[in-house]
Amino acid sequence: MSAHAATADGKQLNYLNCEKGLWSWIMSIDHKRIGLMYLASILSFFVVGGVFALLVRAELFSHGKTLYGPDDYNVFFTLHGVIMIFLFIVPGIPATLGNFLLPLMIGAKDVIFPRLNRFTYWLYLFGAAIAFCAIFMRLDTGWTFYAPYSIQNRWAVVTATAAAFFLGFASILTGLNFLVTIHNMRAPGMTWGRLPLFVWTLYASAILQIVATPVIGITLLLLLLENTMGIGIFNPAAGGDPVLFEHLFWFYSHPVVYIMILPAMGVVSEIIPVFSKKPIFGYKALVYASVGIAAVSFLVWGHHMFVAGMSNLSRYIFSFLTFFVAVPTAVKVFNWVSTMYKGSISWDTPMLYAMAFVFLFLIAGTTGVHLATLGTDAHYHDTYFVVAHFHYTIQGGAVIGLFAGLHFWFPKMFGRMYNEKVAKFAWLFLFIGFNGTFIPQFILGMEGMPRRYYDYPIEFEPLHRISSIFAFINAAGYAMVLGNLFYAVFKGKKCEENPFHSLSLEWTTASPPIHDNFVQIPRVTTWTYGYGAEHAAEGEAVH
Amino acid sequence: MGHHESLPLGHTHFAEPEQVYHSAKFGMWVFLATEVHLFGALFCTFAVYRWRYFEDFQQFALSLNWRLGGLNTIVLLTSSYFMVRAVDAAQKGLNKKVNSFCNLTLLCALTFLVVKFFEYRAKLILHEPPIFPHSHIFYGLYFTMTGIHGLHVLLGMGAIWWLKMRAKREEFSVTYYTPVEVVGLYWHLVDVVWIYLFPLLYLLGGLA
Ligand SMILES: [Cu+2]
Repeated sequence: MSAHAATADGKQLNYLNCEKGLWSWIMSIDHKRIGLMYLASILSFFVVGGVFALLVRAELFSHGKTLYGPDDYNVFFTLHGVIMIFLFIVPGIPATLGNFLLPLMIGAKDVIFPRLNRFTYWLYLFGAAIAFCAIFMRLDTGWTFYAPYSIQNRWAVVTATAAAFFLGFASILTGLNFLVTIHNMRAPGMTWGRLPLFVWTLYASAILQIVATPVIGITLLLLLLENTMGIGIFNPAAGGDPVLFEHLFWFYSHPVVYIMILPAMGVVSEIIPVFSKKPIFGYKALVYASVGIAAVSFLVWGHHMFVAGMSNLSRYIFSFLTFFVAVPTAVKVFNWVSTMYKGSISWDTPMLYAMAFVFLFLIAGTTGVHLATLGTDAHYHDTYFVVAHFHYTIQGGAVIGLFAGLHFWFPKMFGRMYNEKVAKFAWLFLFIGFNGTFIPQFILGMEGMPRRYYDYPIEFEPLHRISSIFAFINAAGYAMVLGNLFYAVFKGKKCEENPFHSLSLEWTTASPPIHDNFVQIPRVTTWTYGYGAEHAAEGEAVH
Repeated sequence: MGHHESLPLGHTHFAEPEQVYHSAKFGMWVFLATEVHLFGALFCTFAVYRWRYFEDFQQFALSLNWRLGGLNTIVLLTSSYFMVRAVDAAQKGLNKKVNSFCNLTLLCALTFLVVKFFEYRAKLILHEPPIFPHSHIFYGLYFTMTGIHGLHVLLGMGAIWWLKMRAKREEFSVTYYTPVEVVGLYWHLVDVVWIYLFPLLYLLGGLA
């Protein structure tokens, strides 16, 4: 195949049109197609999870019963959590943008194990199908499956844990594939010191996926065995310890936050230099910060159990280590801001998202410090303050990062451009809606509103109402974003190959890329981030 | 472009055989790291409860048949030896030898499972009342840990069976023996896990 191979009617041949038909997608081992299939899947689940979130917010609009009863409420917030965490944001950026971009960014034709990649996708979908069975079985434990409530021989829990087991396995295999790919598939000259920061964050999160996920796998398997055979391990009646479940659960579920957030940080690190027309500030510091965050994240799980019975010494250690996470995170924020400093900033949509990310993640990080502090955590624990904090982390961080990346690499993926005006307008809705939803929740939390409650005292109603109204504005923002992008996939204006004048390797090949990514495996001779007036003006890569 | 051209689009060669060999081995090591964490969580759980119910664990360990456990340890170690011989034969391209050493490994694995079956039967069926379920956590852990290990033995047997079939078709050569090495690595992990399980479960209470 040559690069400029064309179909009979003279169209340029690329990964989208080189093979036709549903079967060619189902059987595809092309990382770009698999990335797109992941994208379609996770965004669909995002919509479903979002609908459950709106149902929850709608019920909380008024004091007392608004729409439905408390049992339904338990089911809805559980499904919101399970779908958003396990089906949407854990595969999240790595499975979608990571799959699509990793080989392009390191100058490879594909990931190292393309067939494993295909298997992983279908395993993920299989897990998702089982998870949907749990939906109809009215799972109501919350996404954390805490024992002993979850061990009362409940088949919904068995189904959901089985689903999470398969989904976790898919996550492990993605991490494994990426890790080996980054080690062994880099193009000549793509040294570790030249690796794009997005790839570094994929690397760090791959390590987390590999090391942390097996622990949740076995924990959920124990829960499954507990429910089906009564092995007694988490059952207080048999001498088992439910708090042990919490320890094992959070040993995974704290690092998993970084599986979600690290790649988003990588996306932002790619976007900011391009739209500031300046080299990234402190490349090495950003790399060490990513690896540092990954390492420290294994040692802080105890902060979820400060009030669940823990020795004072453990409390001090976990609290101290949790504070420590703030250091590499702050290094990152400092570097992003320094990259923008005195840059010539253009306000394209990807940059708006990247800046929103920095702003929102700053709030997420600083409120995290409140929760790491033993004295304040005793007050905030299990309140809306925690809910708001992790939504700033996950939605304000990981989801905004995903959409930043989607807007940035959209022309790369489809060779088309979305409507910029609609995109900016949607961003505004999203930004205002998001903050309007969760700032009132911080206040509610400080005032003592516990999370997961169906009802609340009448004094809390005004803030709940504000939160609910803005939640719908937030949702409208997402609807606009998704509509705009979906429309542009088919009807968007054809655009130039590198509309944002990025210098990164993935933009040196055609947009959309050819099936083999590169005509010839490229030779990399310079650093990715050599932005400066002269290069950027030409919009040419300097590899 | 040689024979590559005749392949359908989805099957173009994307990496050098050398690269694939090293990556497959590296990938298996990474996978073994996940297995270590999977069993690691179980070992942690075991440690927590052994600490908490020290006397009980001492006493219940005595109820396990250490002779059968020891026999199984020897059987698995032997199987690992045969596996090494199979890898060695594959590296030399001796497909017949790969086949026979796979057979011997499978025989050991089967012996292991048969012995395990008799151990389980003694606890689950012959014992009055049956020791499991709704028993002490020690047995919950015993059955979970050995059960998950047994599942790994079964999966390993499947993989070795697959090697055997490929050896029968003379697929391995001096330049291509990656699958044998990779499955070999996996099989040794299955062995190593048992080497930890055996003393933890059977011997820590002393010998009955
Ligand atoms: Cu945490």
